[in-house]
Amino acid sequence: MIPILLKALKTGIVTEPAPQAREEWLTRSTEIRNAVLRLLGRALVIREVDAGSCNGCELEIHALGNPYYNLEGLGIRFAASPRHADMLLVTGPVAKNMEQALRIAYEAMPAPKLVVAVGDCGRDGGIFGAGYATCGGVAKVLPVDVTIPGCPPPPIAILEGILAAVSARAAAR
Amino acid sequence: MAIPGLPIFHRLAGEAPADFARVTAAQWSEAARAVRDSGGRLVALWGADRRDAGAAFCVRAAYATVEGLSILDLHVPEADPSYPDLSGLFVPAGRMQRAVRDLVGLEASGAADARPWLRHGAWGDAEYPLRREFDPAATSPSAPGPYPFVRVEGDGVHEIPVGPIHAGVIEPGHFRLSVVGEKVLRLEARLGYTHKGIDRRFQDFTVEAGHRLAGRCSGDSTVAYAWAYAQAAEALLAVVVPPRARWLRALLLECERIANHLGDLGALGNDAAFGFALAHFSRLREDWLRACDRAFGHRLMMDRIVPGGVAADLRADSRHGIASLSGAVEREARTMRDIYDEHSGLQDRFITAGRVTPDLARALGLAGLAGRASGQAHDLRADFPAEPYDRLAVKVATHPAGDVAARVRVRFEELFESLRLVRAILEGLPDGEVRVELPDARPGAFGVGWVEGWRGEVFVAIEAGEANRIRRAHAHDPSWQNWPVVEHAIMGNIVPDFPLINKSFNLSYSGPDC
Repeated sequence: MIPILLKALKTGIVTEPAPQAREEWLTRSTEIRNAVLRLLGRALVIREVDAGSCNGCELEIHALGNPYYNLEGLGIRFAASPRHADMLLVTGPVAKNMEQALRIAYEAMPAPKLVVAVGDCGRDGGIFGAGYATCGGVAKVLPVDVTIPGCPPPPIAILEGILAAVSARAAAR
Repeated sequence: MAIPGLPIFHRLAGEAPADFARVTAAQWSEAARAVRDSGGRLVALWGADRRDAGAAFCVRAAYATVEGLSILDLHVPEADPSYPDLSGLFVPAGRMQRAVRDLVGLEASGAADARPWLRHGAWGDAEYPLRREFDPAATSPSAPGPYPFVRVEGDGVHEIPVGPIHAGVIEPGHFRLSVVGEKVLRLEARLGYTHKGIDRRFQDFTVEAGHRLAGRCSGDSTVAYAWAYAQAAEALLAVVVPPRARWLRALLLECERIANHLGDLGALGNDAAFGFALAHFSRLREDWLRACDRAFGHRLMMDRIVPGGVAADLRADSRHGIASLSGAVEREARTMRDIYDEHSGLQDRFITAGRVTPDLARALGLAGLAGRASGQAHDLRADFPAEPYDRLAVKVATHPAGDVAARVRVRFEELFESLRLVRAILEGLPDGEVRVELPDARPGAFGVGWVEGWRGEVFVAIEAGEANRIRRAHAHDPSWQNWPVVEHAIMGNIVPDFPLINKSFNLSYSGPDC
């Protein structure tokens, strides 16, 4: 035992200081993960709320989970409870029958309470407009950070919108 | 359809085989009984305010018999806005009648369930959005009140409320599960959360432009809705679409069916804790949607079918791409089916879960894909084949077991059949025009459309008003028929199997919430 300890002490520490990070070697997906980490210090958690969409936007949000887009690989995941979410991703013209549930979900969410409105309906009610049964867009009910146009927006546009909301808040800090 | 004692039906113009007759209240009930006794089914039921057209209110029912659609029209006077209840003969009529009351203010006299369905409080009790005098700016909304769910009582019984916002990325609705331990005694759904006022919104559109709204009743069935709408519009305009447009419409419909079945087959594996399946099927679905985007210019194929034909021809260089991808998808899906069949853990979850026997399916009117998985061999593509289906000999997939496993099996078989149809359509696609000009609509002209979407029969009825505008249009989703059956399918199963059983039906919320 003593010879082993003496050997270790005599040799000392030879490890050289760590090099600086080579930022230019970062891949795009790492940059995205880092942007999310800078804002939140952890993975981005999203609560999706269908506030009366035709389900078209949901189909494209689902597609973000497929192996081509690999959303979870970017450090972004969906949660069941708004209490665990950093962002509400809201679709639909906000049906009046969903208005109360949407408000409750928003109230339950902790800071930073990001809100992204998805699709033409989420933007301004889209083809359904504002009527006896629809509010005419997410911004009529909640403060919206980013609006993603399209009917429905393709998956890559939804991802771009999610990242835009994250980087806008990061820049505002 | 000939029913003794009923007025003669007249044949409606158009692609859908449909007869129309005006009936009295007694004939309304008598015809319903005759249809039920002959094995027919209720397709849709809706109401209208026709006081501006010099008539009263009316309630209409569309039935499917072996001869096609029979549409009954019953005038309902303003002084006594009621009509005979059909829910004792056809279970799905119950919720449709509640919707008619909420929107038009006509009562089904004698109906056991008088609770509101679509009205959650966004408009007042005596305000009816589909009446002419309704003013959206002058409604008296109230906060959503308590909804009296049917209570199950007994030792150890408790309720699990779920929704309207569900755990996953899915549409909203409320489920009330009454359980003892893990076992579900009763499920009651309350829907209507995504009600967007589509029937009233149609009145802001012209007959020529309404397909865009119809195509957004349920986004996963946008092709089926747009086609049913186009059929109805073309029927009332007396327009015949060119052959190439008909073949392209069938191509779009089969592409939609393939995309949905690929998505569902992956999700069903995933809901039985087999994530591997979701990874592969979601990859195949993405390949398929990208090919659809290249061929038609939209991943979900929205707004491709228009009254008069299709919006654009198939992109020239994409024909070979779809054909070869359909072969590749079929090879991979056959491998996946072998993996499913041999995976004992998966089959253990699928077999016997959520069983709906053929007798129960017939009694409750289970429609479409879920109906075929419970032995109900109805498929409009085979029962009433219009060009090009009359040349394609569609093989109807059925299974008698009625459990999750049967609904998975029918999806696989329909997927393979649709992939074959896609190749056959590309092979036989005739040359020529893809769209014709539309004439002006005659005020009062009426037409219907009826299409076998991936989930089941989509039905659309349109009545034209002045200046080419829509006076009244109604779009019907097959989920109206199937939601009440899900409540039966879950009985006696355990709570953790509810998501799997529900997914195996994969019903629309937005479509029936309209």
